[in-house]
Amino acid sequence: MLEKHGYLADEGLATACFLALRMGRPLFLEGEAGVGKTELAKTLATVLDAPLIRLQCYEGLDAAQALYDWDFPRQLLHLKAAEAAGVHDAERLEGELYDRRYLIARPLLRALETWPSVLLVDEVDRADDEFEAFLLEVLSDFQISIPELGTVRAERPPVVVITSNRTREVHDALKRRCLYHWLEHPSFEREVAILRKRLPECGETLAAQVARATARLREADLVKPPGIAETLDWTEALLTLGARDLDPALAAASLGALLKYREDQETVLRNGLLDDVRPA
Amino acid sequence: MSGRPEHGYPDPAAAARAALDRILAGVSSHAASHPPADTPPPTPPDERGRAEADDRPVDERLYATITGFARTLRAAGVAADRERTQNMVEALARLDVTRPMDVYWAGRFTLCSGPDDIPRYDRCFAAYFGGERALPVRQPAVVTVTRHVVSLGDDGEGGQEGDGDVVPMTASRVEILRHRDVARMTAAERDEIHRMLALLEAARQRRRSRRFTPAQRGRIDPRRTVRDTLRRGGEPARLRRRTHRTRPRRVVLLVDVSGSMAPYADTLLRFAHALVRREPRATEVFSVGTRLTRITEELRHRDPATAMREVSAAIPDWSGGTRLGEELKEFLARHGSYARGAIAVIASDGWERGDPSLLGSQMARLSRLAHRVVWVNPHKGSEGYQPLTGGMQAALPYIDDFVAGHSLAAFEDLAALLAGKQSGKTR
Repeated sequence: MLEKHGYLADEGLATACFLALRMGRPLFLEGEAGVGKTELAKTLATVLDAPLIRLQCYEGLDAAQALYDWDFPRQLLHLKAAEAAGVHDAERLEGELYDRRYLIARPLLRALETWPSVLLVDEVDRADDEFEAFLLEVLSDFQISIPELGTVRAERPPVVVITSNRTREVHDALKRRCLYHWLEHPSFEREVAILRKRLPECGETLAAQVARATARLREADLVKPPGIAETLDWTEALLTLGARDLDPALAAASLGALLKYREDQETVLRNGLLDDVRPA
Repeated sequence: MSGRPEHGYPDPAAAARAALDRILAGVSSHAASHPPADTPPPTPPDERGRAEADDRPVDERLYATITGFARTLRAAGVAADRERTQNMVEALARLDVTRPMDVYWAGRFTLCSGPDDIPRYDRCFAAYFGGERALPVRQPAVVTVTRHVVSLGDDGEGGQEGDGDVVPMTASRVEILRHRDVARMTAAERDEIHRMLALLEAARQRRRSRRFTPAQRGRIDPRRTVRDTLRRGGEPARLRRRTHRTRPRRVVLLVDVSGSMAPYADTLLRFAHALVRREPRATEVFSVGTRLTRITEELRHRDPATAMREVSAAIPDWSGGTRLGEELKEFLARHGSYARGAIAVIASDGWERGDPSLLGSQMARLSRLAHRVVWVNPHKGSEGYQPLTGGMQAALPYIDDFVAGHSLAAFEDLAALLAGKQSGKTR
């Protein structure tokens, strides 16, 4: 089913998605950059025909940015309007001020209120540990309490995908709540299949050559081994160059699409890692 | 866990239900049709064979099997705790217990929590469900302590202890002492340095907290402003402002007390004492050598002399060898959360007896956890020092600040660094 939408999952990932949906638990995805963590959340949203709500994490991210905020200007406007109308009942006014319509829902609240929805908490390792604790709270009960308004509870929890690039260790308590999956680079066969699926004009020969070449580069000691995204970019570049068959000259010419670090390109060219790409 | 409601997905919103049914069917059929060749499974388990040999009810048997499996994993160093075990049972309830791959994945998603766990998990899975009940018990590491005498290479004049009569301190003399290597001081001079260390202003870098506090300037605090306005019946009041609260950033100090560090260990611990005294809640100190020892409590004593006595009683491995990599690993495993977002300070000369590559990988982990990694090497203060030891080489890529730690001036610089004030002095 994921496949229909251009995402080729192996058995592990398929099982992980299945369990995450069935158990109502967040899916915690880790793996090298470019193995398709974020992409999976997007595909899940497409498949489920649900909106993708994305919370991009960064250091210093706090509740107001992740959860909700009050729409301050509108509250004041309301107050002015009430004053003009001669309302002086303070209690009633306060009740009106802290009404749901003055609440600005940020990603987490929006995900709790929308069903179905896919909540992507992207790169959680970038947020600070206080935020993790807070996230854990939200994801444990799928509810949050807003002092002025009361508790908002998700009738059904959203599908949650959390990704981490391991720039920092994430709290064990958070991981424990989730289904943990370590994503590997795809196998040779799967990578060929992905290339053929995403770039239909790519022939079997070229796909196999590209997959073999990138697999080898992942073995080499590079600063940033190519992920699936880079492989796709590279193949597209090759196709644009009119390639049907990979050869060292073409590979060298289009290397920038695959390797984004100068050092890596140098390493590859110096060691002739792509010199014998042709025999498929 | 048990109290949590069942999240029934297939329900209302007709369109959504259809979509969900499709994915659920799709996922399971996809999984079933997929040959296991794609993801290399370990030896297939023989779950059914085992089940028939027992006549307890299935649930209980399953539970016992899984608990045993989790125990195996824990012995292999995977943090498969009770909650995780429970999660595995919960996951299995939604899969097919008789399918080896289902058991494999259910356990992997729930019991593992990092890439390092996965090879261990595969091994345990093969061993446990593959029939060999003999479990891989964690091998106690063989520790060889070598007491070695190290020539520091820079001992010159004045290395003898106790040759100094007490000389009255003058300002210029203090100035000279501030820059002298403590390893080359007389006992009296070192005492003087220790007195000055106790007075060291060990302030701490602040970090922004997620919480807000009312303030004179900063962003507008809408909640308080609106409340204020409301209290005045809608009359615009003055704007309330707020700013992020700050907290002292934690410092975790690992002090190498092995033989090669002996001339500096005492001074380093006194520096640690000054840090703990200033921020008792935001400082953690460990000694490393051949054993990792937490000495924060001992250092909480107000009096430096008492604290030092307590510390020396607590540390079992004074002047032994160094197994920095192993101990860093143990530190990260047992006390890793101390380092989270903290400034990690390692005070060592990097004379690693163990495998430098282990030290390298542990430093990589530490650098991911910590806010900054500071390495204090007493030898860095000496002329022409090059970080050539295997340990230093392995650690260098993960160090944010590489500083000297041989003199009072060096410690003052370090204190300034921890306080977030870069001093203008060269180090």
